Order: sequence, then C-alpha cells, then structure tokens
Amino acid sequence: MAVLVDKKTRVIVQGITGTQGTFHATAMLDYGTKVVAGTSPGKGGTDIKGIPVYDTVKEAKKAQDATASIIFVPAAFAADAALEAISQGLNPVVVITEHLPVKDEIRVIHVAFERGITIIGPNTPGIITPKAKQKVGIMPGHVFAPGNVGLMSRSGTLTYEIAAGMTLAGIGISTAIGLGGDPCVGLTPTEGLKLFRKDKETKAIVLVGEIGGDAEERAAAYIKEGFDLPVVAFIAGRTAPAGKRMGHAGAIISGSTGTAEAKIRALEDAGVAVAKRPSEVPQLLKKLM
Amino acid sequence: MKLYEMEAKEIFRSFNITTPAGYAAKTPEEARKRATEIGKPVAVKAQVLAGKRGKAGGIKFADTPDQAEAAARDILGMRISDLPVEAVLVEEKLDIQQEIYIGITVDRNERKYVVIGSAAGGMSIEELAVKSPEKIVKMYVDPMLGFQSYEAQEMAVAMGFPSKMVRSVAGFILGLWNVADAYDAELTEINPLILTKDGRLLAADARLNIDDSALYRHKKLIDGIKRKPAEQNERERLAAEHDMAYVELDGNIACICNGAGLTMATLDAVALHGGNASTFLDLGGGADAERVKKGIEIALMYPNVRAILVNIMGGITRCDEVAKGVVAARQERGVSIPMVIRMVGTNEKQGQEILSSAGIPFLKTMEEAAERVVQLTKEVA
Repeated sequence: MAVLVDKKTRVIVQGITGTQGTFHATAMLDYGTKVVAGTSPGKGGTDIKGIPVYDTVKEAKKAQDATASIIFVPAAFAADAALEAISQGLNPVVVITEHLPVKDEIRVIHVAFERGITIIGPNTPGIITPKAKQKVGIMPGHVFAPGNVGLMSRSGTLTYEIAAGMTLAGIGISTAIGLGGDPCVGLTPTEGLKLFRKDKETKAIVLVGEIGGDAEERAAAYIKEGFDLPVVAFIAGRTAPAGKRMGHAGAIISGSTGTAEAKIRALEDAGVAVAKRPSEVPQLLKKLM
Repeated sequence: MKLYEMEAKEIFRSFNITTPAGYAAKTPEEARKRATEIGKPVAVKAQVLAGKRGKAGGIKFADTPDQAEAAARDILGMRISDLPVEAVLVEEKLDIQQEIYIGITVDRNERKYVVIGSAAGGMSIEELAVKSPEKIVKMYVDPMLGFQSYEAQEMAVAMGFPSKMVRSVAGFILGLWNVADAYDAELTEINPLILTKDGRLLAADARLNIDDSALYRHKKLIDGIKRKPAEQNERERLAAEHDMAYVELDGNIACICNGAGLTMATLDAVALHGGNASTFLDLGGGADAERVKKGIEIALMYPNVRAILVNIMGGITRCDEVAKGVVAARQERGVSIPMVIRMVGTNEKQGQEILSSAGIPFLKTMEEAAERVVQLTKEVA
C-alpha cells in the first residue's frame, strides 16, 4: 500500500520531447518508474529512449493503458495539458511546471475535483513511493528509503534535505508528496492527511510547510480534531520579511497572515512536534514512533 | 505587478466603474492647472505602490488651485515606505456620506476567487476583519461560470443596502469582477467606494495587482503604461534577468542555495546561530558553474554583504558544477570576504576535490555551515 502512486501506476509524460521532459522521463525510467508513453503534439510515432510518443493523451492512454500523468509543458500551455489528462481520467495528474497563472490553476483544480482526480502541484517536485520504485516527479530517488512515514512538503530541495536526513537515521518513507509552491495547489496538507490516514503502511507524518496562506493552520485544526498518527513538522521562513515573495509564488506573508510563528503555534497547539531545524526531524520522529 | 491608482482607475473606467473627475500631475504647476480645470475643491493624492499613504501624509485636500500646487509640492518631495513619489492624482474632493469596501482576491484554501464587500469601508480589509467582522460579506466565484449579476445583487442586499441602491452597488461589484477576470487580478479593490451626500457612487481609490505569472497575457497593458512591471534596483533586475529569485534583507550574510524552501530554511539556520542574512538567492534547479558564479556576483553587488554561504542539495544540480562556479567566482572576481560552502548529493566527491585543490573549505551539514559562516562574519567585524 501507499498513497496515490503504487506498483500499478503507469505514467504518461506530457511534453516528453522538451529538454526537461526527456531528462526526467529518462531519470524516472532509470529509477524504476513505469513510464509507458509520452506525448508531444506533432511528434507522434517517434520515441524517446524507447518510450513511444503520441500526439495526444487520448491515443497514449488507449495504446499503453496508462493511469497517471506528469506534465512538463511550458506555463502558458500547462493548464490545457492538465485538462487533457483529466479528460482521459488519468489520476493523479502531476504538474511540475512553475509560473502557471492562478486563474488557470483554479479552473484545472476545480475540474479535477468534479471528476474525483487528484492534481499534484503545480510547481511541485512530484510524488514518490520508494517501496514500489515508482516516482512521478523530478526528485533524486536515492535519498528516499522505503518505510512507514508519509511526507508532505511545499518545497523541493528542502524535502530532499529532510528525506536524506531520515534515510541516514534509518527512517523510511511510504510516499512523499510535493504539494507545490503556488498559492493554489491541487492537494492541500489537510487533504494529504486524509489520504495518509487511510493508508495502512503509513505510521507517522512529516509535514514541511513554509510561510504564506494558512494551509498549515488548517491542517493543525484537522489534526486537533483527532488525527490518530504522530505528526512532525518543519516550517521554513521564520525570518522571512512580510510582503516579499520568497522564491515560491505562494511563499509570501500578506499583512498578518502566513507567518511561520502562526503556523508553528497552531501546529504545536494541535500536539504536533515542530522541528527548529531540518536535522531535528528524524530525532523527533524516533521519539514519537 | 502592482498598478498605480491612476493606472488602475483608467482600467476601471473602461469597465464602467465611475471614478471622480481627476488627472495625474508630475509637477506642482501641473497640479495647479489640473485643479483649475476641475474647478472645485480637490484631493491631491500621492501615486505610490504602498498602502497607508494617507497616514503617511500622502493625501491632502485643497480648496483652491494655489493650495493644490502647494500640496503637490509637499507630496512630490516625499518618500512613502521608502519609495519616491513621482506623480500625484488631482481629483474632485467628495462630500462623503458613506464609505464602502469592495474587493476581489484569491482564496487559497477554497481555490476560488472570492468577492468581499462591506458597507463599512475606508480602512483596510484586515482592520475591517478585526473591527467589524460581522459587516463583511463574502461570496465565492464559480470557477467555470464566473460571477453573475444576480450574485452581485444578492451581495449588495447582504451588505445591507436599501433596495433603491441595490442595482447601483451591484454594478460596481460586477464591474470589479470583470476587471479581475480580464486582468488576472491577484487582488483588486475599490476602497473606499464613496456614497456622496448628493447620492452619487464613485470609486475614490483603486487597487489592481496582477498575477505575475499571467503577465504574458497582458502585453498590451504593459506597453500602454510605459513602465516596467516592478521597481527594481540593479541587483534585483539582474537576478530577474537570470531567472533567480532574489530578496534583499537587513543582515550581512548572503545565502545562495538551490530551491526556495531550502533557501528560506538556510536564512532561518543563520538566524538560529545568531547571524542575520542579507540575501535570499535561489539559483533554481540544475544550476551550472556559470550560473553559480553569476549568483555569487549578484550577491556581492549588495554592499551589506560581509560573508557568503552557499548551501546546495544536489539532485539535478551537480556539486562539481557548483564547486567550479565557486572557484571561478573566487579567482576571477577576487572575492575577499569569507565564503562557506556546504554541498551534498550528485557528484559530491568531485565537487569536494575541486574545492579542496582551490583551498576552499566545505562542510557537510547545513547546521555546521550556518554556524561557521556566522562565526566568520563576527571575526571579520
């Protein structure tokens, strides 16, 4: 068992002929991911490292019995690509692309909701289930060891930092999900907690949050209602100034909302162990598990 | 991208949102001329991309063209939130009966646009939320259908307006929605929308912040207003040109990392060890030697910088490339301030060898690196 991605997942890479698409399709394949097809309108009939390329997702899905999609197309076309994947019922749809207009994100997420499809991202490193040797993303697979901790994060490299620390401490991961660095993302921490709660293999949660919005506060409220797994959190941006976008479109303190202090307070109030440094995460997990 | 009030008002008017008669002026003399043309008492308002300009003295009233000229002279010499005031808006002064708030923004949790209104306006929505939360009305916008006329009318009723005003208030709400929709607004506000003593409704202020990711769809607007989307200093401009996220802070340690979350966490680690960061610089994914060198160069342009901390979690970024970039910056630019390098991951060994042979120390953990750089900064001082 795992969350959203398991042994049976069969992946289409949308935008496979671009530099990023080709690089990461190959990296996913090398890791063990079942990359069964790629798409690129106008390039149907060719292949990338043996992966057959189709003009449309419709053809790719039909020919290769695909179940999920990962999107590498440029921001101006990414919403269309996501809607195309949704139209074929692929689930999850992982949107790696950064800088999608919020208006497009809102539409894509709404349509996905209505069809019961999970969007991961946009602006995400993707999702990985180490035990199944399946990553639908751009993360370095080797830093994630198989195990029982569900990891969710709004950032990329910070997730690798924490996962690497866990691996070093002998703590493995059931599934790691990059939630995405944008203001509007398809999977919120609360929704992620609900998924992990149903997974028998997941015995604890690590939540890596950052400044901006109040998704962590909402997750804290959900945990407080009686979430039954131990949770460890780390929040980046304790020293970030208000009103400045810290790299991610969603990482901005607006007025008094979105501060790290407020998130930490809410999480601690819900009984979550909040690490001061990324390196404390494994220690806190060991205490709780 | 934030628009000036005068720019936003021009857009608002094209969506049938009534604004007071007014003109922009860049000199006191021009302000006098504009006040003469209006022929009534006027408000002279600083055009600046910062909130609370009223409290900062950026809005003055003038009964005569002479007074308008004097007011403009005062305001044009000001800095508000450290920004120079380069223009004023000279507008008919309104006889206020009621101040109303209307705003549209993105609700990150609902993942929808939300229309917010209150019959008690004039202060910021945050102050409103504290002072009279019961007077705030919120309606979410259907992502596929948009906001409808009847919904704007329901909103006007919910805000407590008498039936004779429902259509006119709803007209402003719908107009503002149309602006938000057409211009990819991240935030747009009429605050205050003013009901005058003689029963007119006018948008006295206008705010429009456009989603930066959507700017490619608004080239016509950007060309039309003849200015850059953001006020940037040379360093910010260079970083943006190289697609690096760059934020300047008050401290003296430049943090150069890959990934926004890791960079934020690095600033925090520096603070935990008693230091203060001067620079948030996210190189992004897969930086090569040239890019690393460029990042260091940009960071060094900021005079506050006394030490550099490079923190790289290698994945698609290769440590050997990072090391080459660091060595090149050090040699070609003759960097004399302390540099602390921490890098792990892809090609870590090769990277370490490159640094070692150039005599540059490196550390394995972020904690050690943060501690070391703070220590070195103190020694230099």
